[in-house]
Amino acid sequence: MPEIILRGAVVHDDWQVLRPSGGQQAVVPAGRVIVPLPVWQADHEALSLRGGVGVGVWLAGTDEPGALAPWLGALKLVAVDFPKFTDGRGYSIAHLLRSRHAYRGELRAIGDVLPDQLFYMSRVGFDAFAVRADKDIRQALRSLQPFSDSYQGSWSNPVPAYRRHERGWPRGAGA
Amino acid sequence: MYRYDQLDRTMVAERVAQYRDQVRRFLAGELGEDEFRPLRLQNGLYIQRHAPMLRIAIPYGLLSARQLRMLASIARRYDRGYGHFTTRQNIQYNWPRLEDTPDILADLASVEMHAIQTSGNCVRNITSDEFAGVAPDEILDPRPFAEILRQWSTFHPEFAFLPRKFKIAINGAAEDRAAVAFHDIGLHLVRAPDGAIGFRVIAGGGMGRTPMLGPAIREFLPWRHMNTYVEAILRVYNRHGRRDNLFKARIKILVKALGAQEFARQVEQEWAHTKDGQDTISDHELARVAAYFEPPAYENLPAVDAGIEAQLRQSAAFARWVGRAVRPHRVAGYRAVVLSLKKTGVPPGDATAQQMELVAGWSERFGFGEIRVSHEQNLILPDVRLADLRALWEEARAAGLATPNLGLLTDIISCPGGDFCSLANAKSIPVALGIQHRFDDLDYLHDIGELNINISGCMNSCGHHHAGHIGILGVDKDGEEWYQVSLGGADGSDAGRGRSAIGKVIGPSFKAGDMPDVVSRLIDIYVGLRREDERFIDTVARLGIAPFKAGVYGSPLRAGREGATVDA
Repeated sequence: MPEIILRGAVVHDDWQVLRPSGGQQAVVPAGRVIVPLPVWQADHEALSLRGGVGVGVWLAGTDEPGALAPWLGALKLVAVDFPKFTDGRGYSIAHLLRSRHAYRGELRAIGDVLPDQLFYMSRVGFDAFAVRADKDIRQALRSLQPFSDSYQGSWSNPVPAYRRHERGWPRGAGA
Repeated sequence: MYRYDQLDRTMVAERVAQYRDQVRRFLAGELGEDEFRPLRLQNGLYIQRHAPMLRIAIPYGLLSARQLRMLASIARRYDRGYGHFTTRQNIQYNWPRLEDTPDILADLASVEMHAIQTSGNCVRNITSDEFAGVAPDEILDPRPFAEILRQWSTFHPEFAFLPRKFKIAINGAAEDRAAVAFHDIGLHLVRAPDGAIGFRVIAGGGMGRTPMLGPAIREFLPWRHMNTYVEAILRVYNRHGRRDNLFKARIKILVKALGAQEFARQVEQEWAHTKDGQDTISDHELARVAAYFEPPAYENLPAVDAGIEAQLRQSAAFARWVGRAVRPHRVAGYRAVVLSLKKTGVPPGDATAQQMELVAGWSERFGFGEIRVSHEQNLILPDVRLADLRALWEEARAAGLATPNLGLLTDIISCPGGDFCSLANAKSIPVALGIQHRFDDLDYLHDIGELNINISGCMNSCGHHHAGHIGILGVDKDGEEWYQVSLGGADGSDAGRGRSAIGKVIGPSFKAGDMPDVVSRLIDIYVGLRREDERFIDTVARLGIAPFKAGVYGSPLRAGREGATVDA
């Protein structure tokens, strides 16, 4: 069974990601499935009947995260796709899902997910990482936290450093 | 100047460790080239023609003597004894070994410097006015804001993989010395009628293939909202900027496509959610950072120095240098001095390790141990006592740093070009040197007067050719290097009477060997047409490019031009 990083641990994972190819009618397989937003929008009533645990939704870079707003309270898993790791739209989408739309369930990075990006991903709100299969997921887990602090606010720590602790002052000055 | 506190030191040290591990994994084959590329770029490392190139940030152009000595030491130890100061207040080394770069970054960290986000599709080094804090025309010191923005943008998790690179400049004076209209975001410090301090916000300017002057998207943004507003701009851009075409990925294309008004509306809509949020700058934080930029302990000096007055009368050479290199200072008895890195025969912006060490020493003897780097690629000593000018001049002259050409034709702004850069289509440095040699007569140079020549070896415009009064762009045609000439660009500074303008191309391009002749012809035409006190840029503004075009293309050049059959 494939493995992912979930909330700081490597765990087995049986979710399938449905990626319909162009023009084809999407057939949602049995089991735990993450469907793309258009499939969810077209068929959410039927899909919901499969039970909240069985269906998740993934967003592409062009998707509007607000489109999921009506269901974010019920969904247990939302994923954001990174077609290439250099495509940074997913970071803003994650930020919006967490900060603006108050999504609290599992937020999973899928696609071209590489160890060196996990830290930034975790800061904007991802708590699950489907690390690309050819990468060493345990090593990725070890490099999840290369920095012990951060300057600016973000989802994982919304308070910028200078509001959390007193920063340095030049000699002879100070408050 | 700003000094690192424990947090800054920790962040930079952890970055060095992270990067060291990435280099190790790359060399061990665990990281592919495609995966390593964005990581090394965000640490300033390019792979160049001959060797890697390492670009180091000099935040808003400010250096201490200790830092400059370290730059000299790095040049000696890891490079070939020199460095290149760039148009974005960075320094580049052209010959380091990849294996050494983690050690170089560790050395930099020891003097509170780094190469973080000096390349890659992220927020780059924040640039500003090289005379900040000492200029008489300053509205407000931009450096505390630049430092706050530096920290906010450092390792910002959401904006490390933007559609394209992102450059921010802040100017705090009446004169725009930071070319703000040419930046992805340009911030102009302004004081409202009620005394409130804020920014005029410009977005969507840029150079490159599609040069644009950025429109103002907000006339007044109270200073405490700087970070959240920049965040809103970046979020709109990150989500909606084009990612399908490298050449259309800069924010200027998005702003142009939406229209400034619609772009501003989207930004305001986004900002409404984060305004007054945690990243709002507190009074306490501004006071803390600003405390690092308090003026040094200036002496009470007379405004006029009789000794220097006498020297000026006695030595025409000294007077000429003072006329070009010495700038006014807000404190009586002090001057800011520009050290020219544009001596004929030396690539523009290059300084040797020995020169850097000398400058560091002068900054301590003739100032408070501080040096500035300008986007014109020169070095500045910001706090020189009037009475020390002569002594400084003697030493600077001996070191090749007192060419009295600042703001003149031979003060050429140039990228490293095809001699080093793998992106370049054509060489820049030999063209600059050819023009400098042609105009070696100082009397003539001074007679021609204020004139900016900018040379870029490719469309990436690192030499800011679009903003040059004479802009020169290297282009590749069937494997040959050609040079396209534009006239009338202006960077917003007083050199161009405060105008920000994009130069107009005069016609078909030229061979490298013709460029001195082309510039000579342009100058001859200007000298023939100028009215009293009219600068080159004024004559171009008054008459347009037509007379220049006619004069340059009217008769064959020695080496021929595009379309001509004459062999070089």
